[in-house]
Amino acid sequence: MQHIKELLYKMADDLLVLGHRNSEWTGLGPILEEDIAFSSMAQDKIGHAQALFQILFELGEAEPDTNAFMREAKQFHNSQLVELPNDDYDFSTIRHFLFDHADQIRFNMLSESSFEPLAKVARKIKGEIKYHVFHADIWLVKLGNGTEESKARMQSTLNMAWNYALGIFEEGDFESPLQSENIFAGEKELQKRWLEAITPTIEKANLKIPSEADWNPVLGGRKGYHTEHLDQLVNEMSEVFRIEPNTEW
Amino acid sequence: MINSLDPRIARENINEENNIAPLTEMDNWETYEVFHQKKRGDQHVHVGIVHAPNTEMAFLFGKEQYGRRGISVNMWVVKTSNVFASDYDDSDIFDTVPEKQYREAGGYKVMSKINKYKKENNI
Repeated sequence: MQHIKELLYKMADDLLVLGHRNSEWTGLGPILEEDIAFSSMAQDKIGHAQALFQILFELGEAEPDTNAFMREAKQFHNSQLVELPNDDYDFSTIRHFLFDHADQIRFNMLSESSFEPLAKVARKIKGEIKYHVFHADIWLVKLGNGTEESKARMQSTLNMAWNYALGIFEEGDFESPLQSENIFAGEKELQKRWLEAITPTIEKANLKIPSEADWNPVLGGRKGYHTEHLDQLVNEMSEVFRIEPNTEW
Repeated sequence: MINSLDPRIARENINEENNIAPLTEMDNWETYEVFHQKKRGDQHVHVGIVHAPNTEMAFLFGKEQYGRRGISVNMWVVKTSNVFASDYDDSDIFDTVPEKQYREAGGYKVMSKINKYKKENNI
């Protein structure tokens, strides 16, 4: 079971942490309609995380709320990409684009997983993720073809975020049992499909993927090595829960 | 510095004196009218307005403002400026004179025939 748990933890933590980060835009978004859309998607992400924590609970791990709010930062398995502070909207948009494509492909792959509880979740949330990717693509193309400032900012932010995004595909210790048991086809395969999926949209946005010589994935997140930003996020996210962990919500 | 209870605001170290220029008219996006369809075959019904820079984004926003509760199967967005609207000063064109019974179904004297038919056939 360890291999399935590891897969579930890294997915759930990515979604919880990114969902929380994106929710920090609530009330501060660039315009009202986008504020609502981005907040709604952040809620979706937390919901997806909850569904995965629920499976973990059924596999003998702590209850979803306890698991989400009572761990320390170093016990989180998320990629470092998702824990970075929001910065300006260009970074949040680029991260949303890079992560959500990977998320969509991962769940598509998992919708045929031999581990049925996960396949079921994957099929259930398909439409929500489709909207998230729609949203990310439209913003990327719009801002990439906008003013001189928006083009320059999108390109430099893409360059900055790229190696963090490659960190999504950090391999775990259980790649081969996951593949041989037809649970998940693996991070390498996911990265390959991700690159194929994002390339046309990046071209449409008139942006350039950093040249391969500069690729240097930021690893460690999956093994509990994080930036100081995750401490801040976890403390803030769990502040209320930790005051009275036994409260019924 | 703005000292806010909201940690998101507090960590931005925003100056009290914030010289953000006010929006000019052109900084606002156009409005789009949003229509949604509850089920296939139904009429699309007007549900409201969104601000957007283009139709694709108007759809993105329309979906979240008006379709996120899962009651739509289809959505139209139309630039408000593309909608012809009549003038409220002309709303009297919708007034109609009351003496038009000849155009109403009540003008047909059929009830007596129907009642006769019902009686004959025990309906």
